[in-house]
Amino acid sequence: MTQPATPSRPAGRRKFELDPRFESYKGVWVFLEHNEGVVHPVSFELLGEGRKLADQLGVELAGVVLAGDGTAARAFADEAFFHGADLCFTAIHPVLAHYRNQPHARTLTALVNAHQPEILLLGATTMGRDLAGSVATTLQTGLTADCTGLAIDPENRSLAATRPTFGGSLLCTIVTLNYRPQMATVRPRVLSLPTRDTSRRGRVVAVEPDLAEDEIVTKLLEFIPDARRDEASLAFADIIVAGGRGLKRADNFRLLWDLADALGAEVGATRPVVQAGWVTADRQIGQSGKTVRPKLYIAAGISGAVQHRVGMEGADVIIAINPDPDAPIFDFATYGIVANAMQILPAMTAAIHQHMAALKKAV
Amino acid sequence: MHILVCIKQVPDSAQIRVHPVTNTIMRQGVPAIVNPYDLVALEEALRLKDQYGARVTVLTMGPPQAEAALRKALSFGADEAILLTDRAFAGADTLATSYALASAIRKIQEDMPIDLVFAGKQTIDGDTAQVGPGLATRLEMQLLTYVSRIDGVDPDTNEITVQRRAEGGVQRLRTRLPAVLTVLEGINDMRFATMADMFRAARYPLVVWDREAAGIDDVGKIGLKGSPTVVSRVFAPTARAQKAEIITTQSEQPDDIVATLLAKMFTKHPQLRAAIRPRLA
Ligand SMILES: Cc1cc2nc3c(=O)[nH]c(=O)nc-3n(C[C@H](O)[C@H](O)[C@H](O)COP(=O)(O)OP(=O)(O)OC[C@H]3O[C@@H](n4cnc5c(N)ncnc54)[C@H](O)[C@@H]3O)c2cc1C
Ligand SMILES: Nc1ncnc2c1ncn2[C@@H]1O[C@H](COP(=O)(O)O)[C@@H](O)[C@H]1O
Repeated sequence: MTQPATPSRPAGRRKFELDPRFESYKGVWVFLEHNEGVVHPVSFELLGEGRKLADQLGVELAGVVLAGDGTAARAFADEAFFHGADLCFTAIHPVLAHYRNQPHARTLTALVNAHQPEILLLGATTMGRDLAGSVATTLQTGLTADCTGLAIDPENRSLAATRPTFGGSLLCTIVTLNYRPQMATVRPRVLSLPTRDTSRRGRVVAVEPDLAEDEIVTKLLEFIPDARRDEASLAFADIIVAGGRGLKRADNFRLLWDLADALGAEVGATRPVVQAGWVTADRQIGQSGKTVRPKLYIAAGISGAVQHRVGMEGADVIIAINPDPDAPIFDFATYGIVANAMQILPAMTAAIHQHMAALKKAV
Repeated sequence: MHILVCIKQVPDSAQIRVHPVTNTIMRQGVPAIVNPYDLVALEEALRLKDQYGARVTVLTMGPPQAEAALRKALSFGADEAILLTDRAFAGADTLATSYALASAIRKIQEDMPIDLVFAGKQTIDGDTAQVGPGLATRLEMQLLTYVSRIDGVDPDTNEITVQRRAEGGVQRLRTRLPAVLTVLEGINDMRFATMADMFRAARYPLVVWDREAAGIDDVGKIGLKGSPTVVSRVFAPTARAQKAEIITTQSEQPDDIVATLLAKMFTKHPQLRAAIRPRLA
């Protein structure tokens, strides 16, 4: 979705020439986020994209691991190599065992100053945004938050980061002038996951973080894991059936849940539906909700506003059900049914039940 | 305790329309509101005031009209309000915004030290969630983002304990004041303004600061000049190469339409068959 339109505030008047003090800044870095011993998938997605950016620039791709112990750090570094990194910086210190802003920001900032990357990418998660905002401020550089696309401008080697812009159905591309590194956070599930190649190897560059627990003001008292693990499963569901304001009433969401049970799918929703309280906020899909990449996305009663679209257009197949033939959702759905969802949804549930019953008989 | 809440006036994005031909945002007639996430922060500050006693100061950077946002906050029970307004602030990105706000906050501290700075989770126009972290860094205060609950403040040890949303769970964290907190949506409901506060808000003599009053000497750090990021282009998302294939049948019966769709879909996308794993009722 990249058709240029009228620029609103052209960068033209400001210069792209890089300050000589930044000329030594080379390479693309990806911060590897890990929680409870597991690397967040967004880090792999970023490595996949970072690989492309690094190849285009003719530079190396590095992972950055901040961890509490060496075994974990080594495992995470290997994962970085499997997903495309050439090298991995590891900073290991007990203080870094759990995420806290102060030690993590201090360590990452020091790493950037010492090894000078031109691009630094982080996931737009609660950790990534917390960390990126602090590091960018200390480094006095530009940070583009919550991007949905990254590219290199061939003219000046700068990072062109694209994100939805407010209110309207628009996207904007943002560049960082005259500062390095160019920083961006990217939302989980926006980029595709690269294939994991366990034969790939890389160099580990171990750095000594300058940390001491008694200098860290914030203490972690405990970590309370979410009781309902399935909350997060929406982002990784193979099939999602989502409803919008066109379903008219909270009761009608039952039709979606029935179809979801028949398909083994998750239920998603648009923002107005969440705001109306028809479903919980963790089911919101879109710019201010989750991004999903299911194999199949069924959109019932959804108009297809850009803020919703950016969260779901990565789906392989999209079915849209909407009585308005001009609804924007039909511009990017795979299949469209121009009809009342309250009639189509039960028919679809019945048809899936039949389909499965027929399969069972066949075996 | 002295609590500062950063609020921003934003256009009510639900009512914004994009001009279909020029792709520009049509702001005319769109009402301005207080960024909804900032009201959550304000309510949290007011609850601390109820519980422990505090002075709550609200601060906004924006055009003169942003005064309305401050008066709204006063009507809910904020004690003081400061409007930071100057043409030189225009066009600020998050780095330049946090610089200007941090300068003003330092100035406010000369009058009375601040124990807690609240910011919203994010704004609905900028949507970056970066101003809070920027403020903490500049003010050298501890940063607690995505706070889902304030467990308590201990005035003796000068510590605050909060729950913070993280991936797959919640961190319980304790830190020393002063600190910057950004709070999650949905953790409280905004109170109703009392008649008395509404009257007070209407009459309140607003404190208005320009760049110099906020103690900012370096114009290179604020507004467009102080912003390392630049919007290079704005564009409309385009349709995929192909529009949706509309499924129709002669009968126009839901059952027939669905049957046609499924037959077509399973032929063209056979991988979807395996994705179906019905849940047992
Ligand atoms: C900063 C910002 C962030 C946002 N973030 C998000 C986000 O994360 N996620 C999100 O979804 N939105 C988000 N929005 C809101 C977004 O702009 C749209 O308003 C929203 O997606 C529209 O939701 P909808 O499709 O349910 O409702 P509508 O746009 O009202 O569409 C309802 C549709 O239902 C159709 N319909 C009517 N009757 C029927 C029927 N019987 N059967 C089937 N269809 C019917 C109508 O033709 C219409 O197309 C955001 C907006 C802003 C400004
Ligand atoms: N111009 C401003 N004036 C006051 N507070 C602001 C301003 N811009 C941002 N903030 C605060 O910073 C938070 C995050 O904003 P943002 O980084 O733009 O998403 C907001 O919720 C506000 O609390």
